Amino acid sequence: MSGFRALLYRDLRLATRAGGGAALALAFFAAVAVLVPLGIGADLKLLGRIAGGVLWVAAILAALLSLDRLFQADYEDGSLDQIALAPMTLETSAAAKIVAHWLTTGLPLTILSPLLALLFDLPVAGYVPLLVSLAIGTPAVSAIGAIGAGLTISIRRGGLILPLLVLPLLSPVVIFGAGVVSAALSGLDNGAIWLLSAFSLAAVCLAPFAAAAAVRLNLAG
Amino acid sequence: MDTPRVSTLIASDLAVVRGGRAVFRRLGFRLSAGEVLSLEGPNGAGKTSLLRVLAGFLPAFAGRIELILSDDSRLDGDERARLVGWLGHQDGIKPNLSVLENLSFYARLCGQTGADLRGLLEEVGLTRARDLPGQYLSAGMRRRLALARLIVSHRPVWLLDEPLAALDVRGKAMVGNFVTAHCRNGGLVIAATHEALGLDCARLELGAP
Repeated sequence: MSGFRALLYRDLRLATRAGGGAALALAFFAAVAVLVPLGIGADLKLLGRIAGGVLWVAAILAALLSLDRLFQADYEDGSLDQIALAPMTLETSAAAKIVAHWLTTGLPLTILSPLLALLFDLPVAGYVPLLVSLAIGTPAVSAIGAIGAGLTISIRRGGLILPLLVLPLLSPVVIFGAGVVSAALSGLDNGAIWLLSAFSLAAVCLAPFAAAAAVRLNLAG
Repeated sequence: MDTPRVSTLIASDLAVVRGGRAVFRRLGFRLSAGEVLSLEGPNGAGKTSLLRVLAGFLPAFAGRIELILSDDSRLDGDERARLVGWLGHQDGIKPNLSVLENLSFYARLCGQTGADLRGLLEEVGLTRARDLPGQYLSAGMRRRLALARLIVSHRPVWLLDEPLAALDVRGKAMVGNFVTAHCRNGGLVIAATHEALGLDCARLELGAP
């Protein structure tokens, strides 16, 4: 467990220092969320209706921004070799990196989202569902993204390939995540939150194994 | 954390294929605790590949590697990786973390929480650079930090890839001293190097026609 904690703390520290990805992802999220209302105009009804979907897509794109370096930075400077030799499995290391990524992107994005929802004039009934759906769904983004990050470790410019690999896998998260918000706005219960929870839980449980397998392949490459 | 003592490392009939080409085949050696093996050969002879196979990063195309512990148990695969101390081409130093932060991360990663890191930094001559971020280190200083990490990992089997690269004369002597001390404590060292380590050691010539 000490290895897990050591890696988690190091990744948190690296992400929050200058040059880390955390602040960048937040700024990107805010920029997209500010641009969309500007582009659509002052149709408050329409904005309120699309807020959930737009914020969800923006959150995923922002999280993807910092994902491509999740393993690659360690691979390039040789840290990954050392991590692979640490007295814990590569699966544990992958889990530590996923948790660190979520704490530095998914969590702050979730916390920032109500503020940005103001720009969309999201109806009051939508705030809690938006927060809850992001809190439940963003771990899946970090987890599935880590698989893509593991696969693209040795590809230069992998930052462009990663979204192509990962975005299709994340479509359930967007569908159910935005579905939670729209269900709340229409006053219907469509079960989206349960499907989102199930998908997220499965992704978080299985992704460390897939990501570790991908990293192993690349270490042998 | 107690690391088990290793008595022998045996590699037999190893073959490694890289990019569809056999780098070497039918390679075997036997190394006992306290011995140093120096891998020699021209560029591309497969020194780094052999080290990566021994560390378990790269699967061998054929052959086997066995690590026999002092209690006669045999290890391979993942368990072997826990006994390997790795000093590769890349130093694994984070540019945003200070020298001490870099080292303490690796100490904790390897479960060596009680290690005397400041003393170790003094030994490798990095005391004054302790709080310097990794990005300002020279190539030789990075190498010294990587050496400190190797020592703090407390692993019995050292795999060193060009350990003398970028080091000054005193740095090279320091590597020699560390290797000698490690062997005296019952460790094994396998080093790929172009320069002589200046030690009494077995040699394995790779890529010989």
